[in-house]
Amino acid sequence: MPVVDLAHSSLRDLNGALHALTPDTNETHWTVINPRGQHNIAVGLDAPVEVEVEGHVGYYCAGMNKQARVTVRGNAGQGIAENMMSGKVHVTGDASQAAGASGNGGLLVIDGNASARCGISMKGIDIVVKGSVGHLSAFMAQAGNFVVLGDAGEALGDSIYEAHLYVRGTVASLGADCIEKPLGEEHKTELKRLLSEAGIDDVDTSEFKRYGSSRKLYHFHIDNVGSY
Amino acid sequence: MCGIAGLFLKDSKLAPELGGLLSGMLAALSDRGPDSAGFAVYGDGESGQIKLTLRAAPSFDFVELMAVLGKIAGAPLTYQVYDTHAVVSIPLDREVAVATALASNSAVDVVARGKRMAVFKEVGLPADVAKRFGLNAMTGTHAVGHTRMATESAVTTNGAHPFTTGTDQCLVHNGSLSNHNDVRRDLIRRGMAFRTENDSEVAAGYLSAQMSEGASLQEAMTSSLSALDGFYTFVIGTETGFGVLRDPIACKPAVMAETDRWVAFGTEYRALVDLPGIDGAKVWEPEPAKVYLWERH
Repeated sequence: MPVVDLAHSSLRDLNGALHALTPDTNETHWTVINPRGQHNIAVGLDAPVEVEVEGHVGYYCAGMNKQARVTVRGNAGQGIAENMMSGKVHVTGDASQAAGASGNGGLLVIDGNASARCGISMKGIDIVVKGSVGHLSAFMAQAGNFVVLGDAGEALGDSIYEAHLYVRGTVASLGADCIEKPLGEEHKTELKRLLSEAGIDDVDTSEFKRYGSSRKLYHFHIDNVGSY
Repeated sequence: MCGIAGLFLKDSKLAPELGGLLSGMLAALSDRGPDSAGFAVYGDGESGQIKLTLRAAPSFDFVELMAVLGKIAGAPLTYQVYDTHAVVSIPLDREVAVATALASNSAVDVVARGKRMAVFKEVGLPADVAKRFGLNAMTGTHAVGHTRMATESAVTTNGAHPFTTGTDQCLVHNGSLSNHNDVRRDLIRRGMAFRTENDSEVAAGYLSAQMSEGASLQEAMTSSLSALDGFYTFVIGTETGFGVLRDPIACKPAVMAETDRWVAFGTEYRALVDLPGIDGAKVWEPEPAKVYLWERH
């Protein structure tokens, strides 16, 4: 159970130690204290370990994560879990802009609010935000699921491809080519699974609305296929 | 890039620590703005007096200047020299005579006017700039500071922030405005003068113009949302107020924290980590296009 105090250890040493972990490591539970808003904490992990960060973090925490489960007990700066491949990242406070940006897989859970551009260009990651999200969230979202228990800001899902968006509260406005779609039983089942993975069992899935692509932008037209 | 630090004290017991706290905040933002740094400090004001911040070349003899100005004022003036800057208190009824003398002296610039505000800025690393001016020892009620990475104009002392375009009014800016030439032309027509080609000075001038025409700080900040185009996070100081405004797209990072003793703004959370009681503070990201304002009464 290593405890790394970033008031005394360098960030490079912490990330170096985490990168050196092998799949069969016995050091499976790490605690990081005094993060003091530093950037790039626990980036690029690729081992099935648990990392708990006690305090607020700066930019790109847990970016490019594979396998690891990272918990931030505090707020996260820009780009938390950016380009995550697998594993889980959990923020107990709020997250700044571009949370979960371009993520390929894994689960990002934010207990508070996420600001603008949450899930921008997501490519397979699942994101559950218990609070609200800012403007241009799920912009150009390509795959994965995006669940918001609070409200969404302007231009939700602008230029979206195939990601599934679920919002329980109000949506300030929908972005280009993003429309509301019927919430079928298969969607409720998917939503229930996502909520359960995020530790939420007391919310009725029928309270959500589903949004997705109307597939009318240029690249969805068969007539344009010869242009590529 | 660029970094902004702002601190507004609610608890007057913290007043002696204001400069030291701001100094630490600016140093933490050094890698966001290593070109130059500056800060405005709202300290004590004396009724019937106005404070002018003067700036001159490093070898300038402020003692001799003050002797001359004292004769013009009819009595010795209270002043303090801070490296290339000096802050002098002048009886309001003698200000015109002193200002006229200063205007004819090409070796010295009057860079700020305030009942309580003094403004210091120089080219260099933020920690060095803070040290040159002795920021650690400065006291007051609120202060705003800036670390600059130049984008829209040259790295010069005049191009450093804060910009002040009105009495006790100052503004620091992270971002870049796209319509500043247009707004500057309009403000010049309305009688305003500018020192630089800098976009941020236009934002300061816009707010000053609105307030001189009767708008409150809240109203001036609200109307700037439609008048100014581009990317901006502003932190604004007035004699009694401390305001924060982000553009509707919110391109530039921002974080705020508040306890019952203070309110603070930092471009990054790293700037706030040494503030007293930060672990128990409310920490949040200010919303786009929303006016945040604290006033002391």
